[in-house]
Amino acid sequence: MPVAVHLPTVLRPHAGGAKTVTAEGSTVGEVLDALAAAYPGLSGQVVGDDGTLHRFVNVYLNDDDVRYLSALDTPVKDDDEVSILPAVAGGA
Amino acid sequence: MTQDRYEQMVAHCLSGLPDEACGLLGGVAATGEVTACYPTRNAAASAKVYTVDPRDHLRADRDAEAAGNAIIGVFHSHTHTDAYPSPTDVAQAPDPSWHYVLVSLRDTQPVVRSYRIEGSAVTEEPLVVIPR
Repeated sequence: MPVAVHLPTVLRPHAGGAKTVTAEGSTVGEVLDALAAAYPGLSGQVVGDDGTLHRFVNVYLNDDDVRYLSALDTPVKDDDEVSILPAVAGGA
Repeated sequence: MTQDRYEQMVAHCLSGLPDEACGLLGGVAATGEVTACYPTRNAAASAKVYTVDPRDHLRADRDAEAAGNAIIGVFHSHTHTDAYPSPTDVAQAPDPSWHYVLVSLRDTQPVVRSYRIEGSAVTEEPLVVIPR
């Protein structure tokens, strides 16, 4: 099923400048795989070669960080929204 | 940045002591004008590192987008060091278009500076505070 995926500014150039795109999938991981297939520049930017989320991005299903749900296995349904944001961190 | 946003940012950093505090800046990407200050929780709860709480980030991003703006930067405090990005800050800088504001609380008077970080290149930029 198609869901809306909101992209952070740093990834938009890989999707033709779009803020929001749609991708199909029944889980968050499938949606992200479909996204990478549609926009090859996004491949490897969100999910690493080891098949898990990169630690420098946060992925949300609606209002929730998917790391606190079932990560990439989190099921999605119609009208759900996936958001990707950079993880913002640093230190002295 | 207006004086009241500036004061809100510094007050949030002071209230986070002894830990580092952090927050996001909403505004106009093209001009660098800050129109909103979003204090966020430091999910790392540490005096040495910070992690913007992911849910606070999502809320701030939505609010900025709803206002027709965007998140254009991040601020955080250094509790015992200069207002200059640390190697960790540079390595983890998420977006080269952002403004990186450092608030040093090492001395009695907070020191606030702003930088651009592109790759490993750190460039200070003027931080202009205008009357509210």
